[in-house]
Amino acid sequence: MTLLNLVDVSVRYGRLTAVRGVSINLKEGEVLFITGPNGAGKSSLLRAIAGVTPTAGGHVEFDGAEITGRTPEDIARLGFSMVPEGREVFGSLTIEENLMVGAGMHSRTPGWKGQTAADLDSVYNTFPILKERRNQQAGLLSGGQQQMLVIGRALMARPRLIAIDEPSLGLAPNITDQVYERLIALQAERSLTLLIVEQSSTRAVMVGGRMILMRSGQVVLDGDARELGNSEAMQAAYFGYEDH
Amino acid sequence: MLQIVFDALSLGSLYALGALGIALIFGVMRLVNFAHGDVIAFSIFALLWPSTDAMAIVFAGNLPWFLLIPFVLAVGAGLSVLCEIVVFRRFRNTNPATMMIASFALGFVIRYFLLMLYSSRPKSISLLPILSQPVEILGARLPLLQLITIIVTIAILFGLVIFLRRTRFGLEMRAAAENFSMARMLGVRANRVIMGAFALSGALAGAIALIFGIQTGTADIQMGAAVMLMAFISTVIGGLGSLAGAVLAGFLLGAASVVMQVILPVDARPFRDAFVYGAVILVLLFRPQGLIAARGTKERV
Repeated sequence: MTLLNLVDVSVRYGRLTAVRGVSINLKEGEVLFITGPNGAGKSSLLRAIAGVTPTAGGHVEFDGAEITGRTPEDIARLGFSMVPEGREVFGSLTIEENLMVGAGMHSRTPGWKGQTAADLDSVYNTFPILKERRNQQAGLLSGGQQQMLVIGRALMARPRLIAIDEPSLGLAPNITDQVYERLIALQAERSLTLLIVEQSSTRAVMVGGRMILMRSGQVVLDGDARELGNSEAMQAAYFGYEDH
Repeated sequence: MLQIVFDALSLGSLYALGALGIALIFGVMRLVNFAHGDVIAFSIFALLWPSTDAMAIVFAGNLPWFLLIPFVLAVGAGLSVLCEIVVFRRFRNTNPATMMIASFALGFVIRYFLLMLYSSRPKSISLLPILSQPVEILGARLPLLQLITIIVTIAILFGLVIFLRRTRFGLEMRAAAENFSMARMLGVRANRVIMGAFALSGALAGAIALIFGIQTGTADIQMGAAVMLMAFISTVIGGLGSLAGAVLAGFLLGAASVVMQVILPVDARPFRDAFVYGAVILVLLFRPQGLIAARGTKERV
C-alpha cells in the first residue's frame, strides 16, 4: 500500500529552484534512501513534505490524504515524523521532556497516560543511555546521544513514517553504526516506513533497501540500493560525468 | 534600610512582570512587542466609563476585589489575544524588525483610541483604598500595597514556573520558545502556543495595571510607556528570550534605581535615570548576550 506519494513536487527559494518535479512513491514498510551530492535538493524535498517549506508545484499525498500546503503540526499528527538535519534537540529541556514533547500530539486520546509510559519504556529499552540521563538537559548530550534522542522523540509520536535528514552528520563512523543498527531493528520490529537522506550511498548499500539518487533537484536513479550501489551508472550519475 | 529593600523589591517587581510579558512573546515568535505598554494602560482604563471629563466615572472599578482582579487580568489577556489574531498573526513569517514596527504602530493605535474615549488628562481613581494603609514591619512603615506587590509578584513567578514545568501546555511553550519549527514538526500547534503566550503576557499586563493604578491612584494614558521602557531594557539585559533573565534583570533595574536614589549626592539625584541607563550600557558592554543567554541560542559544539 502506498503511504507517501509525491507527484511532480517542486520547491523554489526566490529565483532558485531547489527541487524540480520530483515524483516518488513510497510503500508502507519500505526503507528508502535519498542520496545525492550537496545541493541536490534532498533536504528541501524533505522539508517540503513535512510542510516546513512551501511547495512551488505538484502535490504530496500521505496515507491517501492530500497534505500539500498543510501545516507541519497537521502533517505530524497524521503520522509523519520528521527528524531534521542537525538533530535539533530542545537543549534546555531534559531528555525526558524532549521525549514527552514528541508524545504530546496524542494527549487527547483516551488511555494516553498508560500508552505514553509504555512508549517511554520502549524508547529507554532501545536507548538505555537516555534512561540513565533522563533528567539532564538534552543540550549536554554528545552528538550520537542527541541523534538517539531525536529518533526516540520521533518514535514517541507513534508515527507511520519517520523521515531522517543525514543521521550520520557529524558523528564518528562507529556511532553512526550504532544509530543505524537501532534504527533498522526498530523498523523491522514496528514495520515502520523509513525515509533517510544521506549524502553518500555507502550507508544505503550497507543497510539495503531502495535508493534514489538526486542531482540538481531531480531524481536521476531509482532502484535497489545494493544493485545500484557501486554500479558505474551510479558513479556517473552522482558526479554528473555524462554532462562533460 | 528595610524601607530601601522594600522599595527596590516592589519597583523591581513591576519591571520584572513587565519584562516577563515581553520575554514570553519574544520567546515564541521573536516579536518585541512594544504594544505591551498600551495593553497595560488599556487594562486600567477598562475600569472607567468612556468620558473626557476630569473626574473618572468608575465602571468596573467598584467591583469587589475578587471580581475586580479577574476582570482586569481578563481585559489584559483579551486585548493581547485580540492583537495577536487581528495583527500579529499576519506578520508571523516576516522579519523581527517588521514585526517590531508593527507592534509600535499598534501601540499607538491603542493609545489614541484611549485618548479619543478618555482624553489625555490623567484621571484619579481609587482602587481598593484599603491597600494604601501603612503597615509596620520590623520597625519600618510600609504601604500595605508594597508588601502585597512583592508577595503577588513572587506568587505569579512561582505559578508561572509550575505552569511551565508541570503542565503539558507549559512544556509545549518551552519547546516552542526554544525551537518553534521543530516543535511544530512534533505536532505542537503553533496557534495555540502563540495565543497562550499572548494571553499570559496580557494577563501580566493587567496585573501591572492594577498594581500601578493602586500605587499612583491615577489612570494615565502614558503609564504603560513608562513601565514598558524599563521592562524592555530588562528583557534585553536579561538575555532576550530568557524568562529567568528577564525577571532577574527587572529586579536588578528596580534595585539600581532605588539604590541610586539613595546613594547619589543630592545634587545629582534629579539625574538619576542617566546613571541607571549608564549602568545599563556598562552591563551590555560586558555581557552583550544578556545576563542569562537565551536558550536555543546556545549550542553544544
